[in-house]
Amino acid sequence: MMMSSVNSRTKLSDLAKTIRSKNAGTDKITFDVIFRERETYELVKRSKALSRKSVCEVLNIDPGRITDFVEYDPAFAIKFTISRLRPSGDAGDADIFGAQQYAPFLDLEVDLTT
Amino acid sequence: MKIICPNGHLGFAPLKTASFHLGVAEKPDFIAADSGSDDIGPVPLGSDTCASPKAWQEHDLQEMLLASRRLGVPMIIGSAGDTGTNSRVDLYVGMIRDIAARHDLAPFKLGWFYSEVDKEMVRQKIRSGSGIRGLDGRQDLTEEQLDATDRIVAMAGVHPFLRLLEEGCDVIIGGRSSDSAIFAAAAIHKGYPEAQSYYLGKVLECASFCAEPYGGKETVLGEITADHVEVTAMSPAQYCTVASVAGHAMYERSNPFEEFVAGGRLDMTHCNYEQVSAKTTRVTGMQFDPAEDFRVKLEGSGKVGERFVGLAAIRDPYTIANVDKVIEWAREQTRERFGDAGWELHYSVFGRNGVMGDMEPLKDKPGHELCILVQGVAATREQAEEVAITGTRQLFYARLPDVKGTAGGVAFPLDEVMAASPAYHWTMNHTMAVGHPLELFPTHFAMVG
Repeated sequence: MMMSSVNSRTKLSDLAKTIRSKNAGTDKITFDVIFRERETYELVKRSKALSRKSVCEVLNIDPGRITDFVEYDPAFAIKFTISRLRPSGDAGDADIFGAQQYAPFLDLEVDLTT
Repeated sequence: MKIICPNGHLGFAPLKTASFHLGVAEKPDFIAADSGSDDIGPVPLGSDTCASPKAWQEHDLQEMLLASRRLGVPMIIGSAGDTGTNSRVDLYVGMIRDIAARHDLAPFKLGWFYSEVDKEMVRQKIRSGSGIRGLDGRQDLTEEQLDATDRIVAMAGVHPFLRLLEEGCDVIIGGRSSDSAIFAAAAIHKGYPEAQSYYLGKVLECASFCAEPYGGKETVLGEITADHVEVTAMSPAQYCTVASVAGHAMYERSNPFEEFVAGGRLDMTHCNYEQVSAKTTRVTGMQFDPAEDFRVKLEGSGKVGERFVGLAAIRDPYTIANVDKVIEWAREQTRERFGDAGWELHYSVFGRNGVMGDMEPLKDKPGHELCILVQGVAATREQAEEVAITGTRQLFYARLPDVKGTAGGVAFPLDEVMAASPAYHWTMNHTMAVGHPLELFPTHFAMVG
């Protein structure tokens, strides 16, 4: 990874090792964005590309639906959790495990200029 | 003390035997696995069925039982048969007896406990003013919600497992239980501190999900001392690294710093992770705060109705652009036939926003073809079938003003609707106060062989 060329916008998927989503119980979906090394993690944290606000914009949801947003240093990870509008597995829920809700974050632009 | 865990959800997919046998060769003091999850949705709990094939459950139980009897160490299973209902505990107890008989195993002591909760007992709690508190933003439980519930299980902590270990059981089949409690009970039974014991459970519960590279159903080994926990990948292809173990602490939970169990809270805020060898990571600094009052988590599922599903597909770009009008037409036809209430139609439009619904950022950019999954729900099978047929077939007859294709508005991959499992709803994600930790979890034991 070319961390020296910082004057550019980069996709989150080019920076993170893992971007995933999964049920956290029956009423929530949690998202993990995990980086391989501390340097990249700190750069993305500083960029503020992932924030309560940007998550609301990407998913078009109310701020009240974000139940947790934490930067988790031991795992070089940014983690956030949203409440479901209906519990998992209600008729009409097309993702019972909540496992495919992360995709829009792959293309999230991160400005590493700062 | 060492514990191996070969599977994070026993039965859901078979354990990988090669790394399990490597784990057994390490001579663990316990062999344990969780067999349940609420990830599978409310249908199995509500309808009292398994989400896993019997052959896979038996495969893993047999591997674990034969190894545990050969080593002479206890085997512990929690949340039997995906949901941990009474019938699933009995199912696993029966499988253990059958496997023992088939392999002519020497006599051993089999223990089990139940986790189902009687609705009327919950009703008495509500009426006596002991609130059934909602979790994750839910309100306190009402009697109306209780009436809409078909089956309730309580989430056991370490207590019934400890009780059966004290009884000298060699094999334990648990009803619904906290994943971490299955392993923590073994460590607490041997005298290790609660903090290290619960952390051991936390890190082992999903087997190789705490290792890298990614690969499920491989065995991991956890070793506990009075001040640390070490976790080691048994598969030659996997490693427990600081990143994989710390990363696992946040898997499937809303917050990576804490884990609630019946009786307290594991605090992982000050955990320190250290790579001690290529395949092993050591964790220190965990804390445990005992709870002031003893509350147990309840899961409840209630039937909404019978369900049939249909499929339809669209290729005409004009129809794709107007798919919401097509769906509204089919809904309107159903309304004319069945009235305003007593039925549900659910449409998932794959190729547009089938997976993410309103959260889909690209919902205004549908693909060149769409697949629509139609779910019809109603009180009886007959009605549900007709609702689903109406909701599916009327897509074909939708009246769009400028459509060129006037011989049929959608493509049918199947000209039928299919019976699906009934629709259920998670009615309860709550906690209830109890006077004694074993109150909801009656234990039993018997000699086998």
